Amino acid sequence: MSVPRDLRYTKDHEWVRVDGDEADIGITAYAAHQLGDIVFVELPRIGTAITAHGTFGVVESVKAVSDLFAPLGGEVVAVNEGLTGSPESVNEDAYGAGWMIRIHVAEPAQLDELLDPDAYDTLIAAG
Amino acid sequence: MTLPADDDLRETPLSARHAALGARLIGFSGWRMPVQYGSILDEHRAVRERAGLFDLSHMGELFVEGPDAGSALAAALVSDPPTLAVGRAHYSMICAPDGGIIDDLIVYRLAEERYLVVANAGNAAAVSDALAERLIGTRAILDDRSLATGLVAIQGPLARAALAPHTDVDLAALRYYAISEGPVAGIPALVARTGYTGEDGFEVFVDWERTGEVWDVLLDAVRGVDGVPVGLGARDTLRLEAGMPLYGNELDLHTNPYDAGLGRVVKLGKPGPFVGRVALERVEASGPAKRLVGLIVEGRGIGRHGYPVHVGDRLSGVVTSGTQSPTLGVPIAMAYVAPGDAEAGTIVDIEIRGARVPARIVPLPFYRRQA
Repeated sequence: MSVPRDLRYTKDHEWVRVDGDEADIGITAYAAHQLGDIVFVELPRIGTAITAHGTFGVVESVKAVSDLFAPLGGEVVAVNEGLTGSPESVNEDAYGAGWMIRIHVAEPAQLDELLDPDAYDTLIAAG
Repeated sequence: MTLPADDDLRETPLSARHAALGARLIGFSGWRMPVQYGSILDEHRAVRERAGLFDLSHMGELFVEGPDAGSALAAALVSDPPTLAVGRAHYSMICAPDGGIIDDLIVYRLAEERYLVVANAGNAAAVSDALAERLIGTRAILDDRSLATGLVAIQGPLARAALAPHTDVDLAALRYYAISEGPVAGIPALVARTGYTGEDGFEVFVDWERTGEVWDVLLDAVRGVDGVPVGLGARDTLRLEAGMPLYGNELDLHTNPYDAGLGRVVKLGKPGPFVGRVALERVEASGPAKRLVGLIVEGRGIGRHGYPVHVGDRLSGVVTSGTQSPTLGVPIAMAYVAPGDAEAGTIVDIEIRGARVPARIVPLPFYRRQA
């Protein structure tokens, strides 16, 4: 399961797609598969300030509750409202329809702390 | 998200098969068990609509035999096993002297003087020890065959059609909560019409060493009706929709049968003393201190085990189990609340990560199969 080459990653299995001074954030297909069927996603409101490594929401599978950790700090500028009715999008299309939030990046330097695709591949290959 | 590297876990006779099927295996009550083979939701729906096959070999099988087997069990359990006809079964509990539940059980009467008590995996040793002690001085002996008996369940509306070609037991004549001896896949077995899913289905007890042969034949049979193997994940969502309690969630040593709404299981009218009688008579007379209810969440969120339940500004109780109901498509939960708050229709708040989310008390079960 090779990961998209145009994204950055965290060891907590979030992905980041940088677009100018904004970034989309979601969880990886590996994480979604590990969690199993996702039935509920709780996300922050637009305008919420999130901090790097802090929790920004919750994803629930049939069995378990898992926190979502912010890869970067910033202000939430968009939220994927589609996940309210179709949380399964996270399982089906983790890097597309399963995106979660878009933020205005507060400190671009934090991007340097994220994993590149090869490093994330190595992480998940190690289990 | 890594698997526990716990090598002390016991393996069932089917563990290698689960691994070969790609199951995710977890530690459960000291056993390495499949939690899911693929998607829990798919496995759940397969059981509701077609059929599913479960490995329950971790459960405890305790045989009680002898001239006093029935009366000794009546003194050890809250139910009255001697009232069972041979070949029939009932739901029961074994309680501590203070009325707290040691385990919930199914008791099968196999012969005039021979019973099978099936205990939860995590409590099998405790039940075995308690029964052994309670049989002292009677003409009944306990034969704990938990590690010699495999158990496979086939559940769902097509379970009977899938199982019938592979057994001599007349499944159409086997009533709900009945048991019969006969070969399955040519192997000696006990076939019971019992389960933990809210669907029609059967549980097949076989010799530990031959459980794999039975599983292989029944897995083909289940797949023949477009069914699947089912792990503990879907077993939990199925039983929760069916309003069935899970030991460790709804039932424990600090809970008595009346709290759980299962007072009908306690046969206070039976003759003679039984362990817990005095305490349970008191509860029956005064009413339980808490009551188990069903909840449907009306806001957004899932109430999970341990989440507080409030009525207005007052803490009323706690969620014991909760999930997104695959069949109903809404979040459901079971909870203990104060007796005065337990009426159906009452709106309570579940505290979910600091937020109050409204939920409505509803009668159990959440799901009942069409007759």
